[in-house]
Amino acid sequence: MKKGVMRPGHVQLRVLDMVEALEHYVELIGMVEVDRDEQGRVYLKAWTETDKFSLVLREADEPGMDFMAFKVLDEATLDRLGEELLAFGCLVEHVPAGELKGCGRRIRFSSPSGHLFELYADKELTGKWGLEPVNPEAWPRGLKGMRAVRFDHCLLYGDELDETLRLFTEVLGFTLAEQVLDGDKRIAQFLSLCMKAHDIAFIHHPEKGRFHHASFYLETWEDVLRAADLISMTDTAIDIGPTRHGLTHGKTIYFFDPSGNRNEVFCGGDYHYPDHPVVTWTVDQLGKAIFYHDRELNERFLTVLT
Amino acid sequence: MSAVFEITVLPGGERFACQSQQPVLQAMVQEGLRCVPVGCRGGGCGLCKVRVLSGLFECGRMSCKHVPAEAREQGYALACRLFARSDLCIER
Repeated sequence: MKKGVMRPGHVQLRVLDMVEALEHYVELIGMVEVDRDEQGRVYLKAWTETDKFSLVLREADEPGMDFMAFKVLDEATLDRLGEELLAFGCLVEHVPAGELKGCGRRIRFSSPSGHLFELYADKELTGKWGLEPVNPEAWPRGLKGMRAVRFDHCLLYGDELDETLRLFTEVLGFTLAEQVLDGDKRIAQFLSLCMKAHDIAFIHHPEKGRFHHASFYLETWEDVLRAADLISMTDTAIDIGPTRHGLTHGKTIYFFDPSGNRNEVFCGGDYHYPDHPVVTWTVDQLGKAIFYHDRELNERFLTVLT
Repeated sequence: MSAVFEITVLPGGERFACQSQQPVLQAMVQEGLRCVPVGCRGGGCGLCKVRVLSGLFECGRMSCKHVPAEAREQGYALACRLFARSDLCIER
């Protein structure tokens, strides 16, 4: 939050078939459909999120991530960060208010890792789904599937991790919470805006701009096991889990949407304050860092990307 | 009623049966074979790309990054989105 960037706000994913994608994100993960636009994009949110949407799905010939966005404090912060991004050397594009329904103007920029990100200050506040704003109950009835709590973070694959880290820390105010080192070379970096172990993460990969996964938060380990049951019941393509990560120590399961985009649902994990030293794993322990129980990397985790 | 076809995978020559309504990759996994690498199983990652050398087939939606239109015409497909309509010979 040092530079006024508060939190992840939304991610726009490309899917090959919208009907199949909605069956996955609504019926299985438990996101709530909130709107559609004339481009055919569908807007979703998880039930605890107060803003209108956090996930936008767009039908396309190639799956993957269009962009991920972070919400900033106010319009003045947005203007200042726009100038600082330009000064850093980013390509910056101004997207007018309303291009995403219910979202104010956005500043879009590309990172050295080859991904598109956005900042915005304003989005329609619709409140937590199914709850009254005053004297709210513990949770709403009628949630589906895994009952995802919130869109939490993305893990992206690309190169130029050092410059990407400099952009996210110096310009946007993230702190480096966890890392994997191969000698002096950082091959994974987990960045935080707040007390979470990560709001965005990058792993080194020779090709720029690849998408590894979008992650959704669940409350308990029991919820993660229940998610695993639902993945089997629906014959959804699984990647690995339920297991625990060494990095962040989150308890997790990975699976794929019907277009091959990887999803994670997880619970728990470490907390991070800005004064905490960076948590470091070394490359010789990479298997344990990624999958704490198996202590072995599955090849798919490194090579299957959209 | 679903037809069952035989799939042959080159260069190893592995053979397995595949029903017409199931993707070739799924039929391979059910037979306990791993001659084609298994990735996202959603037509997105390109790991299971194969070329159909002979036989009739249909394809579901696949990422154009991995199978552009011209490659499709040459018989390239992602095995997770490949459906046999006759016996097939495929090459990984």
